[in-house]
Amino acid sequence: MRLFPVRGGIHPDYRKERTSESAIVALPLPAALYIPLQQHIGAASEAVVAVGDVVKKGQIVARSGGVVSAASHAPTSGRVAAVTDFTAPHPSGLPQPTIVIEPDGRDEWAADLPPGIDDPFAADPKAIRDRVAASGIVGMGGAAFPSAVKLNLGTQHKLETLLINGAECEPYLTCDDRLMREFAAEVVDGARVMAHALGAPRVVVGIETNKPQAIEAMTRAAAAFPDVTVVGVPVQYPMGSERHLTQAITGRETPARKLTADLGVVVHNVATARAVHHAVRFGRPLVRRVVTVSGGAIARPANVEAPLGTLVSELVAFCGGFSQPPRRVVNGGPMMGQPLPSLEVPVVKGMSGILALTLDETDEKPSQPCIRCGSCVTICPCGLVPVEMAAFIRHDNLDGAAKSGVMDCVSCGSCSYICPSHIPLVHFFNYAKGALNAKDRERRHLDQIKALAESHALRVEKQAAAKKAAAAAAAAARAQAAAAPLTDDDKANA
Amino acid sequence: MTTAYNDRAGPFTHAPTSVSKTMFTVLAALTPATLFNLWMFGWPAIFLFLVTVGSCVALEFLCVRIAGGSPEGAIGDGSVLITGWLLAVSLPPWAPWWVGVVAAVFAVALAKHAFGGLGQNVFNPAMVGRVVVLVSFPVQMTAWVAPRPLFSAGAPGFVESLGTTFGRNVSLDSISAASPLGFVKTELARGIPVDQSIVNVPGLADLLLGFHPGSMGEASVPLVLAGGLYLMWKRIISWHIPVSLLGTLFLMGTLFHAVDPARYAGGLFHLITGASFLGAFFIATDYVTSPVSKQGQIVFGIGIGLLTWIIRTYAGYPEGMAFAVLLMNALTPILDQHFRPRVFGRTRKGQPLPVKGDQ
Amino acid sequence: MLLDVGSLAVMGVTLGAVLGTAAKLLAVPNNPLEEELQALLPGSQCGQCGFVGCAQYAAALAKGDTPVTLCAPGGKATIEVLAKRLGVSADTDGHEEQAPQHAHIKEDLCIGCLRCVQECSTDAIVGANKQLHTIIVDQCHGCAKCFKVCPTEAIEMCTVPVTLSAWHWGKPRADQAHH
Repeated sequence: MRLFPVRGGIHPDYRKERTSESAIVALPLPAALYIPLQQHIGAASEAVVAVGDVVKKGQIVARSGGVVSAASHAPTSGRVAAVTDFTAPHPSGLPQPTIVIEPDGRDEWAADLPPGIDDPFAADPKAIRDRVAASGIVGMGGAAFPSAVKLNLGTQHKLETLLINGAECEPYLTCDDRLMREFAAEVVDGARVMAHALGAPRVVVGIETNKPQAIEAMTRAAAAFPDVTVVGVPVQYPMGSERHLTQAITGRETPARKLTADLGVVVHNVATARAVHHAVRFGRPLVRRVVTVSGGAIARPANVEAPLGTLVSELVAFCGGFSQPPRRVVNGGPMMGQPLPSLEVPVVKGMSGILALTLDETDEKPSQPCIRCGSCVTICPCGLVPVEMAAFIRHDNLDGAAKSGVMDCVSCGSCSYICPSHIPLVHFFNYAKGALNAKDRERRHLDQIKALAESHALRVEKQAAAKKAAAAAAAAARAQAAAAPLTDDDKANA
Repeated sequence: MTTAYNDRAGPFTHAPTSVSKTMFTVLAALTPATLFNLWMFGWPAIFLFLVTVGSCVALEFLCVRIAGGSPEGAIGDGSVLITGWLLAVSLPPWAPWWVGVVAAVFAVALAKHAFGGLGQNVFNPAMVGRVVVLVSFPVQMTAWVAPRPLFSAGAPGFVESLGTTFGRNVSLDSISAASPLGFVKTELARGIPVDQSIVNVPGLADLLLGFHPGSMGEASVPLVLAGGLYLMWKRIISWHIPVSLLGTLFLMGTLFHAVDPARYAGGLFHLITGASFLGAFFIATDYVTSPVSKQGQIVFGIGIGLLTWIIRTYAGYPEGMAFAVLLMNALTPILDQHFRPRVFGRTRKGQPLPVKGDQ
Repeated sequence: MLLDVGSLAVMGVTLGAVLGTAAKLLAVPNNPLEEELQALLPGSQCGQCGFVGCAQYAAALAKGDTPVTLCAPGGKATIEVLAKRLGVSADTDGHEEQAPQHAHIKEDLCIGCLRCVQECSTDAIVGANKQLHTIIVDQCHGCAKCFKVCPTEAIEMCTVPVTLSAWHWGKPRADQAHH
């Protein structure tokens, strides 16, 4: 299959060999599971269980809270110990409502799970989408966008390709690699089911060529299906970015502020495909995921399949704890992952890796003046000029940064990675994007307040006018009454 | 070591790059050519080199101290060594010590630190230093000597050389000789056509190796080229500026030479004289004062090549690279504004790409 | 002589008439700057600037005898656009950006007197006579007018909590990013 070049990018030290040969192992049930109500992009889900409720594995514990939202399910059988605020696995370290489940150790599936769909390709696409929504599946590559919403794109767009993202371009991470090697058939089946739900005639699986075993396993699993193609894509970070992978496969650039669906392409992650397979074939909602636990400070790096809600500290302990104190504990890969506020946070649906990195690995240094070497311009996969945007932001000119394209930045981190002066470029851009979005929200809020104030003023004015008119009418009536002699009618009315 | 949790956004890995690594790679690339030059011009050149680089480092120390920074860190990044080094090799090797000191003051204190220090200067500091002394002390700055390699017969001894660099009674006339570009220019002014005068300059091999009067940087084209290629291989510089610069210079020389050989020197002559290679690989490519985008760099290189040729051919000075670099430095902010990569998913004008169609 | 004086007089009268008519026809009814400034203000008529409402503050700004930093709900963003429009330099560094606030009614203290409801310019308080009143947080912009009129001190001003979706990275600190 012909591939197309993608601009820029970097070739970091991948360090995948630490976990790429360790088969996925299941984590024993922990003492408590913490299910946050916000594990996805969109509205938070709403708890449908209360303290003391007995839940079975797979039973819904929080229902979708809006159009873009996702349900959550009990990862094992047990008792709801609390519905309380708990630290989110998020750099802010803010608390968020969380359902705490104490496992009973029996790990019993709920009896009323929906039945598997025997022939999903004969089923109505809508039934598949509903099943995916009911199973609480979100994008498992890290973005955690509700998958059912993305599977709906076929209703408004004419789709040609479902692109299964097996690039796994982040260093260290091997969970997708292992999934493809160990569960290739499940991934391929899930992908074909999703293609059916989308109405896309073909499936392309893109895998970076540094995972030859995964390519081989997937090619074998897809051999029976002419509509599925497995492609090795160049090892070039950030190949796993949705838009860049689409460009490498189709040669087409997704226009700014549009979706890949506008080009007829929808991208889903391999772990998502496997989750769809389980949901559709067996009626099992998303209750576990594979997490790569790695980094120089982890004693025994591994790929662990953990129940959602497991504390990161338990995951680390399972991998032998820290061999030395880590400098950073990161949720996700080292390029785009987010630092964790503490180890006492739960595993969530979008968590692909837990990396405990040493100072040697993070290579944090105080920044030096920019020497305008232009490396960031050369490697930016989005064609931006990071040096210029950072200068604007440093001088608090956020509008200037917006004009030079900061909102088109995907925060892939390539510029910060390459910068010889160690300038935290992506930190600048994250700040600018957040501040600009906040400004936008504030503006919209003020507009709403303005409208409310105007309608209030109008109403007060009307009321005052009505009162005045009424008073005038009453006065006129009184005057008339005083002037005219009383008639019989008036007497009767009086 | 303590675990830091959430005071900083990612990435949490870094390429093995740093400012000092970049700078010292450049110095390493310059070393072979410089050693050859120092050998060729002997003790006076070595003294002048040490004085110039030393003054630059001392001034850097002073300026950073005054600005309240850490002088050790500023010198440690290696940028001032490059400035001093390039400045030294652009001077006449037998120039008196104070020329090097004055040039250093203008290069480091004025061109670099008055603009805010590393990364903030608009003009290439080494070239500012060179141009200031060139226009201020034309006699000393055009007193070129023919190479007298160290320990060879006729080369000045150590003590004699101290007198040349630090003494007060140097008869400039006794050592003065014209550089090839200067020679051709003077001859032309005397009415002798270029194609006749050029046979009297040293041959191609001598020009290539630098066996002719000139600055140190003019010598040993092969070693300078090797250093430049090394920098490209190390990805410190890209091909854009050197190729566009030398290409333009060669093209202009060749074209006009073809039209009127009596008036214009050939392309090859332009390339291998006047430190064209040093300028193209080490001076024009200075990060701080050249454009950041590849398109901008190509235009920048073409501009320097063109201006160099024009200055050499029509202006009063035989050598034009320094002026050309400074003129194009002034245009760098504009080039950066105008020549920028196309943003992913957008047209050159910044509008989102149309949804239908394949452009 | 007469002809000269006459013609000049006619010209004078005619031109005067033209100018007079033009002034009438092309008259600008309101100060355009005032209206423009008013559009830049939040328009919630909260009165925290010390003026009765946004229109009055805009008028004062147009006259140029009041600082641009008085609008609390508009925050730094509004100060910046006002300063830009008026061509003055606003010292936003000294301006403490106060976190957005909203009112909250303590249920045990509310006597249902309706005073706050009448005071609210954005209809953010619902309640009836002798009934417990409630704030609709989304519609409240923290002007604190209700806070001031409540006879039982049942209203408190709370900082709008930062949510996960609203949180964003702060600007890199000086020691992380070279200036």
